[in-house]
Amino acid sequence: MTEFDLTSATLREMNSSLQDATSGAYSIVNPRGAHAIACGLKSEIDVTIAGSTGYYCAGMNQLARVHVNGSVGPGAAENMMSGKLIVEGDASQYCGATAHGGTLVVKGNASSRCGISMKGVDIVVHGNIGHMSAFMAQSGNLLVCGDAGDALGDSLYEARLFVKGAVKSLGADCNEKEMRAEHLEIVANLLERGEVAGAKPEDFKRYGSARQLYNFNIDNVSAY
Amino acid sequence: MCGIVGLYLKDEALKPQLGRLLSDMLVTMSNRGPDSAGIAIYSDAPEGRAKITVQSDEADSAFGVLEHALNGKAHITRRDSHVVLEVAADDVALVRAEIEANHPAVRIMSSGETVEIYKEVGLPADVVDRFEVRQMSGSHGVGHTRMATESAVTTLGAHPFSTDEDQCLVHNGSLSNHNRLRQKLQQEGVKFETENDTEVGAAYFAEKMRKGASLDEALEAGITDLDGFYTFVCGTKGGFAVVRDPIACKPAVLAETDQYVAFGSEYRALVNLPGIKDARVWEPEPATVYSWGV
Repeated sequence: MTEFDLTSATLREMNSSLQDATSGAYSIVNPRGAHAIACGLKSEIDVTIAGSTGYYCAGMNQLARVHVNGSVGPGAAENMMSGKLIVEGDASQYCGATAHGGTLVVKGNASSRCGISMKGVDIVVHGNIGHMSAFMAQSGNLLVCGDAGDALGDSLYEARLFVKGAVKSLGADCNEKEMRAEHLEIVANLLERGEVAGAKPEDFKRYGSARQLYNFNIDNVSAY
Repeated sequence: MCGIVGLYLKDEALKPQLGRLLSDMLVTMSNRGPDSAGIAIYSDAPEGRAKITVQSDEADSAFGVLEHALNGKAHITRRDSHVVLEVAADDVALVRAEIEANHPAVRIMSSGETVEIYKEVGLPADVVDRFEVRQMSGSHGVGHTRMATESAVTTLGAHPFSTDEDQCLVHNGSLSNHNRLRQKLQQEGVKFETENDTEVGAAYFAEKMRKGASLDEALEAGITDLDGFYTFVCGTKGGFAVVRDPIACKPAVLAETDQYVAFGSEYRALVNLPGIKDARVWEPEPATVYSWGV
């Protein structure tokens, strides 16, 4: 395993080495909350971060598996295309924002705007998520084992939201939907990939787009 | 952006290190705002005494004239462009009136039994060096590095703002209803030094507390009355509090151990604190007041 110590290596040297790597396992020690750690990775490598990170950890990731033994700052896995980010601690605001693919697992809580504008990523949160999560989410799955904050799924497109606990409020055009056999199968798969123990697919409720905002409703013309 | 740090000590043994710990935290936040920096440090004045911290751009001449005018009433400690006037608690109003009436080049940064405020245009590293903040001891303190959005880059536009005895406020964000609120407070007799939005926030909280609200109650009321983006850290004589607006875009991290409570705009600011690896670290919830020592 190759080790980068951020008390001596510069962030740019480290990210550049990881971006050029095509295989192998790497560890990053003393991250000390630095921004943009393990961004723009392109290959099936394994990266372990020993500690907490700042903004944009594992942003734009492709194929790499990144494991954070700590918490992550705002924008973790932002615009991830594929691969996996596992966070042992908490995630700050807008984790998984605009992510197109791959899997994001947060074993603690995720704060506000989790999965905002997600475009195909699968996000599994073991704890709670904050307000305005999955705002304008377009595609992919968000599975929450705890509670969701205010305005879940506001202006939602076709992403699927599964919540085990309480939802403080639903956003505009988001409603609860029936859990069919195909959804139980999706949830079972997410629970396994998200390393969730002690929850059953039947425990979750599904939320999705009411599809009332897709077309202009002439009855609302007086509002403009 | 803007960067905020705060440290509230529970363990008296850390008091001599307050200035050093807070300085390191603030310098780490430098790239969140390069315009100006400031620090408020709370340390007790001797029994029956109070402190007035003043600043002047013409320090050499203005402070000489002030010292002469005070005629032995104050014990004076100069730090670069600031001096701390330690006076009898009963003389605070008199000394303030003398400064306001006869010393236009001298500006009052703070007054109270415990607080001292130092702030200037420039980077945090330069500002903490100029005022020798690392050598300061105290019970709690807050620091701010500014990226100006709402008013000019000047000494008076730097944070922390203090609008009442021993009170201070630092802010990351921008208020959108500060003009209307300033007018309302002016009608109630509150005076303002700047066009800055944060000064209005500080004056609003001070006015609430003057009318009997606790620090918590004042901040709770602000969630309804202040419109805009904010992460606030507020200090009082013995208290320390944090509140974020309901949207909570502006970042905030709290850490607590048996020895201290620490606040940083980012986790980076906290990584050198003793015992941080075992601290409880969390992100304060939106529209929720957190306070200690109140």
